[in-house]
Amino acid sequence: MRKVSTFNLLAIVLGVAFLYLPIAVLVIYSFNASRLVSVWGGWSTRWYAELINDAPLVESALVSLRLAFVAASAATILGTLAALALVRFGRFRGRLLFAAMIYAPLVMPEVITGLSLLLLFVAVAVDRGFWTVAAAHTTMAMCFVTVIVQSRLVDFDVSLEEAAMDLGASPLRTFLSVTLPLILPAIAAAWMLAFALSLDDLVLASFTTGPGATTLPIRIYSEVRLGVKPEMNAVCTIMVGVVGVAVVAASLFGKLGATRGTPGPLG
Amino acid sequence: MRRWRELFSWRGLVVRLPYAWLLAFFLVPFLIVLKISLAQTAIAQPPYTPVLDLAAGWRGLAAFFSGLSLDNYLLLGSDPLYFLSYVKSVEIAAFATLMLLLIGYPIAYAIARTSRRWQAVLVLLTVLPFWTSLLIRIYAWMNILQRDGPLNDVLVALAIVREPPVWLATDTAIYIGIVYSYLPFMVLPLHATLEKLDETLLEAAADLGCPRWKIFWLVTLPLSSSGVVAGVLLCFIPIVGEFVIPDLLGGSRLPMIGQTIWMEFFGNKDWPAASAVAVVLVCLLVTPIVLYQNQAMRAPERE
Repeated sequence: MRKVSTFNLLAIVLGVAFLYLPIAVLVIYSFNASRLVSVWGGWSTRWYAELINDAPLVESALVSLRLAFVAASAATILGTLAALALVRFGRFRGRLLFAAMIYAPLVMPEVITGLSLLLLFVAVAVDRGFWTVAAAHTTMAMCFVTVIVQSRLVDFDVSLEEAAMDLGASPLRTFLSVTLPLILPAIAAAWMLAFALSLDDLVLASFTTGPGATTLPIRIYSEVRLGVKPEMNAVCTIMVGVVGVAVVAASLFGKLGATRGTPGPLG
Repeated sequence: MRRWRELFSWRGLVVRLPYAWLLAFFLVPFLIVLKISLAQTAIAQPPYTPVLDLAAGWRGLAAFFSGLSLDNYLLLGSDPLYFLSYVKSVEIAAFATLMLLLIGYPIAYAIARTSRRWQAVLVLLTVLPFWTSLLIRIYAWMNILQRDGPLNDVLVALAIVREPPVWLATDTAIYIGIVYSYLPFMVLPLHATLEKLDETLLEAAADLGCPRWKIFWLVTLPLSSSGVVAGVLLCFIPIVGEFVIPDLLGGSRLPMIGQTIWMEFFGNKDWPAASAVAVVLVCLLVTPIVLYQNQAMRAPERE
């Protein structure tokens, strides 16, 4: 029905190429046998093999994974509650401040959020480490979760909930057997995206971390500051792979929900 | 809907839990930054005075307030480095956002003109890089922009340049990094509005003899203005405070303000100065942030 003009096609092709070429270059170089990044020494997996023996790197990868799991789970619970509050509860006292606090962290420069959280942790004299970073990541990620779940809540038909309640279901029952199944795909997608956000974050973690909680991005950053290294190409390629799979899975989840969850014309 | 109100206790929990979390981890920390920006640097742990000593009662409170000072803000005013750093950040953010708009608009427009199925695929393709680490994407550019990296190889091979130019540690590299990293933030909101554009309006204008550039200028662009505003704010605000991109791709001559905060904090260990720089940055960004929030809050209600 729509034909794509040459100009439009060109815009799409160039745009996608621009977005993906740098990542492709990174992946290709990670298989370069030569230590010098500029010299192509043939295909090799030696940098991947060397990673496994790099104990501190493996350890910080494990820290990052645990951290992402904790932060994503907490952020998903808090963010979903916040989305329910914003969409279903109409005007409650302090709603404006609440909404402002949901949207502001999405655009706030991370150096500011990081600095302010650190000063909070110092003021209340908590030992910084795994849990302070987890709290920081939860705060940032829950706002993204809220926005995702909120858009799903806005989309679906409120009359479904009303029908359940008119038939005598308690609000809690209504939530568990009507609302929750309908928004579950969005919640699953939000969890995965929160996981990816936490896994990637450098700035917040740098400010709020303490001894024994060096995350993978902090480790990578301290290495690449000084220049390009083949081992880092390999680490980054692995991370791109993991996140890529997670995001594609998340979007398939969302798609599944979109076809299954949306009521037909007859509701 | 009415019965939700009966659910007073649950309702309380649903609102209060995230509310309390955001108060504790977003709002209160800001107030602490504000407070510390008025404190003085000290060689102590924590490295600033005065520390609020609630145990000392009223006297402690009085001592606390008399200890506050505007010294850090005066410092910001007296050292031109800070001022230049702010100017540079806003300048880079403004130009980068303009470039993003010019590059992102045709892409978003083209995606919106494809079939439903392709739109879903292309939108996913646009978002995917955003979810891979910013650090990694910038690192990928460090590979490409090296003096003997692939970009210069291509340029020399095509005889576009004779001598391989230096890319890293220049403002050009910062612009490349920013445009690359923020492109999804520009394309997505633009696509969201362009997708809903009623094509019969464009046909009507064409039928009435309007030339194509004029249709774009008079119909398409005004109808997509909300997407333009959202995209511009979503890019401009975080770019001003960007740290990773200028730190890895830029030179060391004049830092952007995000780097200044980082250096004051980690390098000079001057927490009050870092806080003052942050407070001024928030003041600078308050107008675009409020605009963005209005936009974001209206969005779900419109649908």
